Amino acid sequence: MRLRAVFIPILGMAAATETCSAAPLQDALHAYGIQAWHIGRLWNFTLGLCVLVFSAVVAAFLFALWRAPRSDAQTPPDLSSLERPERRIHRTVAWAAGLATLGLLALLAADVFTSRALGRLPLQDAVNIELIGHQWWWEARYLDPDANRQFTTANELHIPVGRPVIVTLRSDDVIHTLWVPNLHGKRDMIPGRTATMQFRADQPGTYRGQCAEFCGLEHAMMALLVEAEPNAQYEAWAERQRQPAPLPASDAARRGRDLFLSHSCARCHTVNGTGATAAMGPDLTHLAGRKTIAAGMLPNDAGHLASWIRDPQTLKPGVYMPVNRMRPDELQDLLAYLETLK
Amino acid sequence: MTAPRLDAKDAAMLEQTWRDPPGLIGWFSAINHKTMSLRFMITTFVFFVLGGLLALAIRLQLAGPDGKIIGADLYSQLFTMHGSTMMFLFAVPVMQAVATYLVPLMIGARSVAFPRMNAFAYWIFTLGGIMLFVAFFLNVGPDAGWFAYVPLSSLQYSPTKRVDIWAQMITFTEMAGLMEAIVLITTILKMRAPGMTLNRMPLFVWAILATSFMVLFSMPAVMLGSTALITDRLVNTQFFNPLKGGDALLWQHLFWFFGHPEVYMIFIPPLGFISSIVATFARRPIVGYPAMVLSVVATAFLAFGLWVHHMFATNLPELGKTFFTAASLMIAIPTALQIFCWIATLWTGRLNLRTPLLFVLAFFVILLAGGLTGLMLASVSLDTQLHDSHFVVAHLHYVLMGGAVFPLFGAFYYWFPKFTGRMLNESLGRWNFWLFFIGFNLTFFPMHVLGLQGMPRRVYTYPAAMEWGSLNFAATVGSFMIAVSVLLFIVNVLRSRRHGELAGNDPWGAGTLEWSIPSPPPAGNFEMVPVVHARDPLWEAKRLPSHVTGLANDYREILVTSVADAKLDHRLWLPSSSLAPFVTALATTVLFVGSIFTPWAVVWAAVPVAAGATWWFWPKKDIVEQRTGSEISPYDVEVES
Repeated sequence: MRLRAVFIPILGMAAATETCSAAPLQDALHAYGIQAWHIGRLWNFTLGLCVLVFSAVVAAFLFALWRAPRSDAQTPPDLSSLERPERRIHRTVAWAAGLATLGLLALLAADVFTSRALGRLPLQDAVNIELIGHQWWWEARYLDPDANRQFTTANELHIPVGRPVIVTLRSDDVIHTLWVPNLHGKRDMIPGRTATMQFRADQPGTYRGQCAEFCGLEHAMMALLVEAEPNAQYEAWAERQRQPAPLPASDAARRGRDLFLSHSCARCHTVNGTGATAAMGPDLTHLAGRKTIAAGMLPNDAGHLASWIRDPQTLKPGVYMPVNRMRPDELQDLLAYLETLK
Repeated sequence: MTAPRLDAKDAAMLEQTWRDPPGLIGWFSAINHKTMSLRFMITTFVFFVLGGLLALAIRLQLAGPDGKIIGADLYSQLFTMHGSTMMFLFAVPVMQAVATYLVPLMIGARSVAFPRMNAFAYWIFTLGGIMLFVAFFLNVGPDAGWFAYVPLSSLQYSPTKRVDIWAQMITFTEMAGLMEAIVLITTILKMRAPGMTLNRMPLFVWAILATSFMVLFSMPAVMLGSTALITDRLVNTQFFNPLKGGDALLWQHLFWFFGHPEVYMIFIPPLGFISSIVATFARRPIVGYPAMVLSVVATAFLAFGLWVHHMFATNLPELGKTFFTAASLMIAIPTALQIFCWIATLWTGRLNLRTPLLFVLAFFVILLAGGLTGLMLASVSLDTQLHDSHFVVAHLHYVLMGGAVFPLFGAFYYWFPKFTGRMLNESLGRWNFWLFFIGFNLTFFPMHVLGLQGMPRRVYTYPAAMEWGSLNFAATVGSFMIAVSVLLFIVNVLRSRRHGELAGNDPWGAGTLEWSIPSPPPAGNFEMVPVVHARDPLWEAKRLPSHVTGLANDYREILVTSVADAKLDHRLWLPSSSLAPFVTALATTVLFVGSIFTPWAVVWAAVPVAAGATWWFWPKKDIVEQRTGSEISPYDVEVES
């Protein structure tokens, strides 16, 4: 009865998941970029070899169990091996160990070739991004030799399909790890050290990544979206990001902007084109263009934004953003302003 | 075969000499290796159960998406406590605990070396474990992971005392571990019965010898690391602060230089269990004894060359990482060789399929799977996808549960009759086994898939949209099957201890020395110290001389033999029971716990520690006189012509 009671919910859940829409892409087995594809190929080879070895050893083991006669504690021990060395058995064991060594050499070679392939990604015309880990969000600076063309965004990367991306990884506080499994393996972001990661998206899509190194309380709530889009679309997006925030058109939005600047918001956030230039929290210059807020945790709509601003501590306990006490009409004004930050 | 016996009067005197004193004070003064080992085993098992309960809480929280049972703060404490408990308070010490019971019996010794230090190590270990759990129940349980990576564990990002508790728990357990290693190495190298050359030593004893040397070389690294961490936090040193010239990666090197060998410290003793059990239940000696010994020794060496494969996602040089890939693949060779030798033994043996063998057979499937996923993690490129995902959670449990916990349960079923004199119930044993085996695979196999589907480790929840719910639910169901199985084991032990079938000296028809003496063994183990002529002395024809005469029955006198050939060297008196180890351990605890709060505790608490140790080592006049009186000068010996 116990077993039946627990298995029915499993079946129920499996049925429920089938009806859901497709999950966000965060999967190491489905490559959408050349680097993840190289690793996926190594995975297939390694998995194949390991399954082969596993089957062979378990088969030998089961056969041994099947063929060996049974005994009990009174059965006199068989000491014949002490007088006559069991050469045939020793030879078999040695052969098996030799084969295992060959298999291991094959794995080593496959690993080295994959490492070489990963290191050979052509880097002409690359997009350079500096990604900085914070507890618990991502700051992205799009680098450019021309300082005026640089811009900063947060928690959502846009990249052009087919062009390589060089991400320079840094951290401002503790160790984080960038992992966007559909595009590439992971890389640590270690304070005091700089690492780079090179990858390319070969199909347009939204790829989800997540911090992979335990980084404190809200480690689970530190996601990143990577939007891979055709180059023209990417350039248009980048051009928008370079612009300062538009001036608010409505009265409500203007009141909201004043609230933003006079309230605690401006002490941590930047909105280019206003007096807000602090860098403690994510840059909000183009907040309204993002799909999510709170590092991939909540959809970016008025309702979620309102509850996030009012009480982030309930939604994401321990986050560095404080509770904001404001009147409902003030909150509406602020939301009206934030919606203009396209 | 039974061992030669003394007459009743001498046997009673021998028992009186080696027995622990009665009463409450006597209980705290006990130093007999079997008494201390049983306590040690029970203590580690309690920690195993506590760690398991923490894991059940984790599994409840992750059973479905957006779990609300446990908050982020408690969850961080739970997985940190689970990892720390299982690694530091269960897996390594339980092997030492079993070894301090079995090694003297297997090598024909009356005690372990340094029995008081052995008792001291037990008390230190227990007090450290109690400190950790008291802290957890006071809501200051460690929460920076069992690996406590800096800078997350630095004062800036972990301002409460939680990390200090963790660092001192390391000090306690590693101190105990180092002492046990010294006890075991000395026992094995200097106290073997005459004739038990290294070439005749049981494979279990070889495994413990290799493990103990590993403890000796690896534990100082993590003690150094945790001490540097606590001084960073307490007295503002800057070992790990990159802004002041320290380095965050230094911690990872120190931690994993210990942490990777630790896996093999957990895994090698069970190789010894398996060799003992397979030989007995296949009714023949293990195929390839020299290969088995060399494999264990090679594993112990190679284990020190792998630690960087925990750091493949860092920015260390790629060429260097390839070296560690090669080393990580290479260590599979000795393990494969041992597996092949065991399969050959089963192939050519006659099998007695009892519960101990069942648990060992599960090892072949589970550890093999865990070892193969380990090969996947050894590759730098693959590891960048698999590292820190649930795939690693699956891998490490396949290795540690399959490689250590299953053989350990088998070992309990095997040696329980020796510990208690009674057999464990066989049908409960089978339920125990099958629930464990199925529950284990149901819990951990889905985690491979979850990791590949992108689920990271150490997340307290996950969104429903990720579709990780059903596999996680299966894992939770499996974890409760394991819990039921462990409960059955406890019931079996409690029932069989009183009502089990009587075992006699040798219920399994085994070949090693521990089965030649009564179950449970008398306080002095061997009434007559045996002389060994073969690897399986109980299986092979008896040869003379069969035993040693002339050792005192009224003092704790033992034989010391030479390292390689176990030739008679000299006689030694071991110390008697004393309360001093316990009192000194209490004083040391005051020092360690005090230094969580103030560095000055190291100064003022040194006084009671020194007082305890002085009392411990203070020579007693009558014993010194008796001992010198029993000495024979070479000049006094009449040379027979």
